[in-house]
Amino acid sequence: MIYLDILMCVLLVVAALVAMGVRNLVSAAIMVGVVSLHVSYIFLRMNAPDVAMTEAAIGAGLTTVIFLVAIRRTEEEER
Amino acid sequence: MKQVFSILMVLIMGWLLVSLVPLGQPTEPGSVAQHYIEHGVEENRGANLVTSVIVNYRGLDTLGEVTVLFLSVAGAAFVLRRRDNGLRRRCRPSSEIVQTGARLLFAPTLVFGAYIFVHGHLSPGGGFQGGAVVASAVLMLLLADRRIHLPHRVMSWMESMVGFAYVMTGLAGLVIAGSFLSNQGVLPLGTWNTLFSAGLIPVIYILVGLKVGTELASLLDNMIDTGRLYPSSEGDQP
Repeated sequence: MIYLDILMCVLLVVAALVAMGVRNLVSAAIMVGVVSLHVSYIFLRMNAPDVAMTEAAIGAGLTTVIFLVAIRRTEEEER
Repeated sequence: MKQVFSILMVLIMGWLLVSLVPLGQPTEPGSVAQHYIEHGVEENRGANLVTSVIVNYRGLDTLGEVTVLFLSVAGAAFVLRRRDNGLRRRCRPSSEIVQTGARLLFAPTLVFGAYIFVHGHLSPGGGFQGGAVVASAVLMLLLADRRIHLPHRVMSWMESMVGFAYVMTGLAGLVIAGSFLSNQGVLPLGTWNTLFSAGLIPVIYILVGLKVGTELASLLDNMIDTGRLYPSSEGDQP
């Protein structure tokens, strides 16, 4: 189990770095959602299921969609 | 000069980071937390102690959180309100897979969200989580078919009524038990770990769930449907 935790932590950092480095805004928004998903796994492993559910529903779900809609709408404004 | 300043800043930040590490170590709970752990179950009969803390001991803070959420959604709705400036353009309807998937998943997701906030005092989760799940069910529906509108009048009516009911529940505690949002004596506490237990906690969490669900759903409706991404050929009828 500890190896899975270490793997998730490493993937969390990798996803965060990709989110910062990638040029495409849509990929960056999705990677931010991936970071939230890993964080919610870590909350679950730290015996905080309430916080984990909030993070998964709001961080990985709704925030990603709001980012995507905002990117799409600002692109239309720029054109 | 600039380099010296930058190096100084990096050193200060590094020192702060190192000195923050011991703060992450688990410590003994303070006296207030100790009281919640020892007496929380007998005072509220809630199986989920986190919910007892959020809704009863820190109920006023939760009322404040809901108010902050309401204010931010109202601000977003003001900025994103539907502008009909003639810039509508055609957009592709969603694919068959998205439409069928959304139709299939809408009702189970809605029921799951309601389950989360109704069982907030028994299992992990509660009003905020359940409300977010309800809002994602509505989001699926909005993404599948752009012609769907949420009835704004019904949503805002429900939102205000639920907020009003939250304050009324708090006032009932003030009248009966002598303190705002008190859980003692307003409703019977019931037996531990059953659906009808924990007094006012499930009532308040259902109200919070409905409020968060309607607020987030109308925020998403405002963001997605601002006239711009709307198929102009078939959807102009209100």
